[in-house]
Amino acid sequence: MDSRAPDGHGGKPETGLPTANGNSGTGSASIRPHPIRKTLLKSPHSYRGRLIAVEGIDGSGKSTQLGLLDRWLRAQGHPVHFTQWNSSRLVRRSMQRGKRKNLLTPTTFSLLHAVDFADRLTYQILPPLKAGMIVLADRYVYTAFARDVARGVHPEWVRQVYAFAPRPDLTLYFRVPIEVSLERLLAGRAKLKYHEAGMDVGLSSDPVESFRLFQSRVLEIYGALAEEFGLNTIEATGDIPAQQRIVRRMVQEVLRDYQQPRTRAGHDHDAQAK
Amino acid sequence: MTLKRNNNWFGHGLPYLARKPLPGHLIAIEGTDGVGRSTQIALLRPWLELEGYAVSDTGWIRSPLLSETINEAKQGHRLTVTTFSLLYAADFADRLEHEILPALQAGFIVIADRYMYTAFARNAVMGADPAWTRDLFGMALVPDLVLYLQVDVDHLVPRVVQGKGMDYWESGMHLALGSDIFESFLHYQRGLLGEYDKLAEEWGFVTIDARRSIEDIQSELRSHIADYLQRSGRESAKSGKSAEATKSAESEAPTNGAAASDGQKT
Repeated sequence: MDSRAPDGHGGKPETGLPTANGNSGTGSASIRPHPIRKTLLKSPHSYRGRLIAVEGIDGSGKSTQLGLLDRWLRAQGHPVHFTQWNSSRLVRRSMQRGKRKNLLTPTTFSLLHAVDFADRLTYQILPPLKAGMIVLADRYVYTAFARDVARGVHPEWVRQVYAFAPRPDLTLYFRVPIEVSLERLLAGRAKLKYHEAGMDVGLSSDPVESFRLFQSRVLEIYGALAEEFGLNTIEATGDIPAQQRIVRRMVQEVLRDYQQPRTRAGHDHDAQAK
Repeated sequence: MTLKRNNNWFGHGLPYLARKPLPGHLIAIEGTDGVGRSTQIALLRPWLELEGYAVSDTGWIRSPLLSETINEAKQGHRLTVTTFSLLYAADFADRLEHEILPALQAGFIVIADRYMYTAFARNAVMGADPAWTRDLFGMALVPDLVLYLQVDVDHLVPRVVQGKGMDYWESGMHLALGSDIFESFLHYQRGLLGEYDKLAEEWGFVTIDARRSIEDIQSELRSHIADYLQRSGRESAKSGKSAEATKSAESEAPTNGAAASDGQKT
């Protein structure tokens, strides 16, 4: 895990890679995770693994589809690592506190999610990707680009914040009309979540109406993002197996020249299925 | 040094907020750890209040939303320069929206113990892309006045050692330069001071020689602040109200213009 160089006595590294600002004097610090360059999202990454992300509003069925994909990939013996938006423990407490006490502003909401993402990138996304595994991400930075901008932050700023995010090999955007997603959500649980309904934006005091207004904005932005970043749009109103067939076909394409890392054997991975 | 007056955002600012006039003054005190920033701020406040100004202060990583998370994270070894920067930015944004902007709107003088330049300096030493760090703070308001307490490592060392001692982070131990905290401190702080000096030039900080006594530093700080307040008073009296705040604030400008000499009612 630790990549500190053996020059650990304050000496300069002999052949340290140049850092972003050309300052190589500080050595190969363990705290420095990855170089941050502009527009990483616009060019393919160079890691051995594959990064596949799903996007869409709540109730689009993206997690269901990702779960089915996960099962299929593992059944084929692929080493899969799964990661989910807003799941790192680093900012969990701030996030809970902020949400409960309604302290979050669009900017702090955005930055806390960025901390979560950066933390998961360091520990959950990049290592498996570099090790040649398939990383499945339930939501990726496009979620921030859509939601945070719908909350009012500047679209360019939020792209700059996430400038360190590598571009997925495949991003599947599950497009669904508001009414369908509402129906799915309300069938599953009685109440919409406060932030999911965009109640913090103050569009309406009625949660269902607020959801409609807020998620319509999000949906509109997703449409533009699909264009800007070349997301693969899947109509999420179709039946589940039909959607999954499309998903698998697209994934197969991405795995065409993929080479599994050498492990003891493929069959270990089945046992890890969640 | 150019006078940077109200409503001057560093980048894109906070587009979702209605632009309100900011009759207050934002004064940032920068300088490395142990240079005496908080001592000086503690002395500035009663002086300004005696002069009739309402004062509000705010400090780096003191936001209710994040201070706990940051302090807890610093206990472990989980942070990277990226997550660190984002946490700083979140802390800053929280204080900006809940403390700094409301106080400026109400006509207070806000004294900020450290400002975004602290993140710029630290990140540069840690090797993060400086352009990224600056983009991150695009939501920030540019201070009206930045007072930089400048010191050299030779003067800093005894203060820190006799003060609270050398701390893991302030000594740059996270840079893994070696196990000797003293050597690491020297190396890290030298890097930081160099970065601060560069920033001072770039951003027109008022540089104050902080190797001197507390009293000397304080009196120089006061004279710079008094000078700034006088100039900003003159400027608003002349132009109705400075810079972009003009349109919405024209009518109330004379009140603020008089503030520099007469003090301000809030």
